[in-house]
Amino acid sequence: MQTSTQPRFGTEELSVFYGTNEAVKKINMEFPDKSVTALIGPSGCGKSTFLRSLNRMNDEIASARVTGRIWMDGEDLNDKNTDAVTLRQKIGMVWQRPNPFYKSIYENIAFGPRYHGTRSKKQLDEIVEQSLRRAALWDEVKDRLKESALSLSGGQQQRLCIARALSVSPQILLLDEPASALDPVSTGKVEELIIELKKELRIVIVTHNMQQAARVSDFTAYFYLGNLIEHDNTTKLFSNPSNQMTQEYIMGRFG
Amino acid sequence: MNAKTADKIATGVIIFFAIVIVAILGGLLGFILVRGLSHISWDFLTSPSQNFKAGGGIGPQLFNSLFLLVLTMIITVPLGLGGGIYMAEYAKENKITGFIRLVVEVLSSFPSIVVGLFGLLLFVNTFKLGYSLLAGAIALAIFNLPLMVRITEQSFRAVPREQKEAGLALGLSKWKIITSILLPVALPSLITGTILAAGRVFGEAAALLFTSGMTTPPLDFTDWNPLNPRSPINPLRSAETLAVHIWKVNSEGRIPDAKDVSAGASAVLVIMVLIFNLIARWFGRFVYRKITASKQVN
Amino acid sequence: MENNKAAANNKRRGFARHQREDMIGKIYTYLCVLMLIVVIVSIVYFVASKGLATFITDGVSPFEFLFGTHWSPDGTNPSFGALPFIAGSFVVSMLAALIAGPLSICAALFMTEIVPGKGKRILQPVIELLSGIPSVVYGFIGLTVLVPFISTVSGGNTLGYGVAAGALVLSVMILPTITSIAADALASLPRGMREASYALGATRWQTIYRVILPTLAPSLWTGIILGIARAFGEALAVQMVIGNAPFLPKSLLTSASTLTSVITLNMTNTSTGSVQNNVLWSMALMLLFMTFVFIIIVRLLQRRNKL
Repeated sequence: MQTSTQPRFGTEELSVFYGTNEAVKKINMEFPDKSVTALIGPSGCGKSTFLRSLNRMNDEIASARVTGRIWMDGEDLNDKNTDAVTLRQKIGMVWQRPNPFYKSIYENIAFGPRYHGTRSKKQLDEIVEQSLRRAALWDEVKDRLKESALSLSGGQQQRLCIARALSVSPQILLLDEPASALDPVSTGKVEELIIELKKELRIVIVTHNMQQAARVSDFTAYFYLGNLIEHDNTTKLFSNPSNQMTQEYIMGRFG
Repeated sequence: MNAKTADKIATGVIIFFAIVIVAILGGLLGFILVRGLSHISWDFLTSPSQNFKAGGGIGPQLFNSLFLLVLTMIITVPLGLGGGIYMAEYAKENKITGFIRLVVEVLSSFPSIVVGLFGLLLFVNTFKLGYSLLAGAIALAIFNLPLMVRITEQSFRAVPREQKEAGLALGLSKWKIITSILLPVALPSLITGTILAAGRVFGEAAALLFTSGMTTPPLDFTDWNPLNPRSPINPLRSAETLAVHIWKVNSEGRIPDAKDVSAGASAVLVIMVLIFNLIARWFGRFVYRKITASKQVN
Repeated sequence: MENNKAAANNKRRGFARHQREDMIGKIYTYLCVLMLIVVIVSIVYFVASKGLATFITDGVSPFEFLFGTHWSPDGTNPSFGALPFIAGSFVVSMLAALIAGPLSICAALFMTEIVPGKGKRILQPVIELLSGIPSVVYGFIGLTVLVPFISTVSGGNTLGYGVAAGALVLSVMILPTITSIAADALASLPRGMREASYALGATRWQTIYRVILPTLAPSLWTGIILGIARAFGEALAVQMVIGNAPFLPKSLLTSASTLTSVITLNMTNTSTGSVQNNVLWSMALMLLFMTFVFIIIVRLLQRRNKL
């Protein structure tokens, strides 16, 4: 009955508590398909916490409690009965610091699909190649798939992590400051990749870098002290923010 | 006294004490090796010990120590691994976890002779295992378990958190993450810690006096059927280890060359501990390099 | 279409599978923890039931056991005063801590304050090796080097066995315990604390003495208590050098006994179930009890540390 008003993917009154401290306060947001939504705001504003709650990463933190609803195709992901392990497969995630598994490049990609039931070597080879191509890494590593993922450079490792996330065919990609630990060239590559990937996916990206938000995103949300201050079309938000606080933050950062 | 002078004197005293400690170790090792190495020969290492005559070796004792170590680790490693994984990955910060932590702390503080006495009471007498390798291995496992739990917990806690999260984001089960993603990362320090713990087990004697016993039956090293009483690998036979042997020949022994035998055996024991230390360091680094190296098979 | 079917299939299989895996993991780790608890409960239960039998079944007075100074378990009118052994255990372990405490704290200061970096690279392996040497080896060296040495120093009036030999051997054995705890405590101190003191013109020793040591006192005491605990429970090395006479230690050079040495020597020479045997279990119970006391002291110290 409610389905028509429910977002395809979004949150309803989502709050995150650490102990008694409300780090994220009753957020209502929707993330449109085939587009990039950037979450910006000063450190500690709750944007990363919010992002992490979208695929229930905060389940693992004993002191964290998440209330409200996360809608995805008519299902509430924050419901106790929703199986977090299964839903995470549909929501890929990439972190600030590259975190490849201590395994070969090939294994990093093949590990997830194999676990989820793809056994044939041929199919796995295909998935590995496809994922690495989508992450624009294939040409650089195709001759060294058996080498340890840790032998790659930081930028390559981060793209490998994106490829790994893509290997289990997620519908949504959560990026937590994916380029902040990288050099400018690698950052450029990751940004190009994001623009390329949004043709097929919903992407939510947390970033400290406002130029980056302006370059890659279609929508931008400004967080401050756990509140969602403004959420709008990126061009609109940066050129003509409707909220005074947003304006000050953007001006302060740009000027 | 002026502050500068006091500072100089204090610094001098501290440095002097540090030198004293180094000298103590140097003296101990020097004494053991000088006194013991001359007594070590292939014959000494392989021939059986004597009860009344001079010229006995330590062959069976050396074998017993090594075999008992293997048995002990077979029991300790799976249990310690499970306990440590629980502490690192499953335990929530609550009263129950606090209680388990206390249990580990208490267990690791029990004097080893008490653990040995417990082994005597429960395994040797009540379960009728008699003085046996098995009873000794269980006692040593109990003695070693808290250390193994701690090593495992620390090794797993040292794994970057993002490794686990990456596994979660791929939709893996927690157990799969622990065994396939965290374990390989934790492995180097796990191996180092385990080998060091093994070194400690190797030199332990107090827990064994009343469990694996102070005698060894005549062994037939061509008989490898674990059910035969003369077989070296029969877990139900009694077995005097190297450390127990050193104690026995000094306290209750009647052999005329007790001092020589103990010196030789002590040297062997110390060398083994040194080897364990070196292997632990080297192997841990080796495994780490193997996992992170550019050339890798898997 | 096929993709969807595979996905649905995966989902169904994945669902059952990851829950099954997590169940296995939980059962395995919980069983291991349960095992730990079972072990500790049974140790306490079995040792206590045997140790209390002396007083309950055999009718030995606990007062006599704890405070009696006369130990003659055999004969028609046996007496079971274990005070000489209890006192022996306390005296040797306290003396050992008295010797090892200052040495260890100096070693830790050497590693972290006097020669930071290099000092640790030198002393750390030394400490690790000292802690790796098996206790029977310590006993053997004590027996062949220390005991004759003490005998010579005393002018040949004694054999050299006794409290002094026991305490010296134990002090080397507990040195690594105290040093590593003290070094960890020193390393955990915030850098700024030292600099603030130096900025006020204090010398290094003044900083150590007035700022660092008082701040770390609870941790240093923790190290010393754990050292005493280890010495208290050590059996063979002490037994080999202490002389094993069942009397209250009157001087450093007289032969004495500890709880552990008496247990070690007599456990297999007495028949199970006899009062002579049960009283040894009472001593083991005493060792267990002291373990708990030491842990309680350490916990109290740690609590003070947090405030």
